Amino acid sequence: MKLDGGQALIKSLEMEGVETIFGLPGGAILPVYDPIIDSPIRHILVRHEQGAGHMAEGYAHATGRPGVAMVTSGPGATNIVTPLADAYMDSIPMVVITGQVPTFALGTDAFQEADITGITMGVTKHNFLVTEAQDIPRTIREAFHIATTGRPGPVLVDVPKDIVDPNNPRSAMDWYWPDTVDLPGYHPVTHGDPAQIRRAAELILASQRPVIYAGGGILKARAAEALRELADLCDLHVVTTLMARGAFPDDHPMALGMPGMHGNYTAVTAMQQSDLLIALGSRFDDRVTGKVDGFAPEAKVIHVDIDPAEIGKVRRPEVGIAGDCRLVIEELITAVHDLGGPERQPDRSAWKSRISGWQETYPLTYAMSEPGDALKPQFVLETLRDNTPDDCIVASGVGQHQMWTSQHWRFNHPYTWVNSGGLGTMGFSVPAAIGAKVGRPDRMVWSIDGDGCFQMTAQELVTAASERIPVKVAILNNAYLGMVRQWQEMFYEERYSEVYLSPDLPDYKMWAEAMGCIGMRVESPEEVLPAIEKANQIDDRPVVIDFRTDAREKVYPMVPSGLSNDQIVVDPSQGQGGR
Amino acid sequence: MSANGVPPTHHTLTVLVENRPGVLARVAGLFARRGFNIFSLAVAPTDDDRFSRITVVVDVEPEVLDQVVKQLDKLVNVVEITELAPSDSVQRELLLATVEASAELRGQVIELVGVFEGRILGVGSDQLTVCLDGAPEKVNDFEQLLRPYGIVALQRTGRVALAKLNR
Repeated sequence: MKLDGGQALIKSLEMEGVETIFGLPGGAILPVYDPIIDSPIRHILVRHEQGAGHMAEGYAHATGRPGVAMVTSGPGATNIVTPLADAYMDSIPMVVITGQVPTFALGTDAFQEADITGITMGVTKHNFLVTEAQDIPRTIREAFHIATTGRPGPVLVDVPKDIVDPNNPRSAMDWYWPDTVDLPGYHPVTHGDPAQIRRAAELILASQRPVIYAGGGILKARAAEALRELADLCDLHVVTTLMARGAFPDDHPMALGMPGMHGNYTAVTAMQQSDLLIALGSRFDDRVTGKVDGFAPEAKVIHVDIDPAEIGKVRRPEVGIAGDCRLVIEELITAVHDLGGPERQPDRSAWKSRISGWQETYPLTYAMSEPGDALKPQFVLETLRDNTPDDCIVASGVGQHQMWTSQHWRFNHPYTWVNSGGLGTMGFSVPAAIGAKVGRPDRMVWSIDGDGCFQMTAQELVTAASERIPVKVAILNNAYLGMVRQWQEMFYEERYSEVYLSPDLPDYKMWAEAMGCIGMRVESPEEVLPAIEKANQIDDRPVVIDFRTDAREKVYPMVPSGLSNDQIVVDPSQGQGGR
Repeated sequence: MSANGVPPTHHTLTVLVENRPGVLARVAGLFARRGFNIFSLAVAPTDDDRFSRITVVVDVEPEVLDQVVKQLDKLVNVVEITELAPSDSVQRELLLATVEASAELRGQVIELVGVFEGRILGVGSDQLTVCLDGAPEKVNDFEQLLRPYGIVALQRTGRVALAKLNR
């Protein structure tokens, strides 16, 4: 069958099972947009290419399937660099197709030319510059294979215009679809080393104060059930990192919640005092460890990760296992049984009572606002949490609102938490929520955003309104770049430099309405619930609620940057912590 | 310096890569991005035209070397990485140099080249272009001894290496 390169590209995406492309056309990618008209693939026309990238990420977060974005060359391509970097840091499977100037013009500083494979080399798992139409199906097959296997990540495919333009003879190709991929340098590990797994099981059975340190890899490996089985079998406490919220149910008695810089006291301290950290799909990120030298000083470490380069990168483990988290956990469970089962474990009741003591002494807390004062953001979140379905998907931006959401939400289902962890991309929430809703139209999707974040990508609500994607947005509007303000208050002697944003410029309600959404404003505690209930009823367009929150509120607990996790600062009402 | 003249932080990696455009940029970019120090680098095709071989000498502590190897291995186009210890490998480097060699000193330079079993590639009125291939430490010694005559231009290829044969 004779096809042109553009047809072959779209057909290849169909062969990969792609249902949705997030994108925005332009000169160089124009020929690929023509066959979209005849394709069953849904294309969602974004208002800015960054939106396309974050939507593809949100889609991938919520569904586990690769998100797909398509943009033009030059500025279209550079605008999607941030989502690529974001997906790279958080191991999100994503394939981005970029248009490129014709092959004969490459390197000539042609109109809308950018060396996007060069630019994105450090922020993609891999990228391709396709130079022959005949190579398109093979390259797309390889791109999806690389994006979705091993440690998932973003892959960029750069497509020069001449090989997709039907008016150019270079676009002619004979259609084929490769059954296999031939990548001699790419062999992701899956099964862990049996001897190491046995050693890990022995360490677990001998440990007095074990803690599972579950990371985003649990979700990537679809290992939430296996994790729960292991935790139940060996009666293990579990912390879930920012990237792993939802991987272990918060209402489970052994759940300790989020560790790290803004983790709760018990999660942070249990890790610090543990004698065995069982790191599953986590990477000892600086936001989790604090000062590495002071991190969990008495703990032996079992580190399971599909990426061998993560093992020993930050902390040298006693047992390192390169492999797929789900398979390794299942193998670990078998090994525990083979070694005599959990009956062999020492009595851990003293450790358990220490943990429950911390939970009682240092719960997450905040002071409710006085009548007439601004809303407490935590109160808004708790009300929202208690009045949305248990499987509601929550997407956040980056900053205080993100930390509060991660702390105060109860995540009981995997794939209900969508956020930007590694890169910390402000503006992530709105487009990611849209992508998640496209992937899971059956679920309620709330974007919980800050006012600073919202202003970065709000234009995508036009996309949502026109495509009838009914996401709901709660802006925790404290009129500040709140997290920066918090650092300036705590560490820069309250010298507030360039963090004030104004509560009502822009007017978020009017802005939402101008974008085809329902807009609301909430200023007092008694208005919170009715506004949420009203928003939950609306299912034909996006809703935006501008919650006016207290700018002085800070995220606690906090481990100040560069200090050991032992120096955790708790809420002022709980004193200075200490043990 | 260890007994054979190689600083202990130098590690020779031979990296088999797919012979595709941009692969060298990926490898070099990885080193730059992760802050790994390259001491020397040599690249050329192998007998199989699908693959090239990169011989890279990195200047890192042993625990960092482990990260270098693992990060390199993550590159999709990198097929195989082997660390070659000096005692388990043959290593060679080529040096080209143009040196000052006035009529009265020319004899000494030619003698030096002879002692090292190098070659004279070019003769000018008061300069010589000389060539030496050999083990890196021998090339180092040669360069040191040439230096007093006045080096006009010097080019070394960086090391290439293969594992020693089992006997």
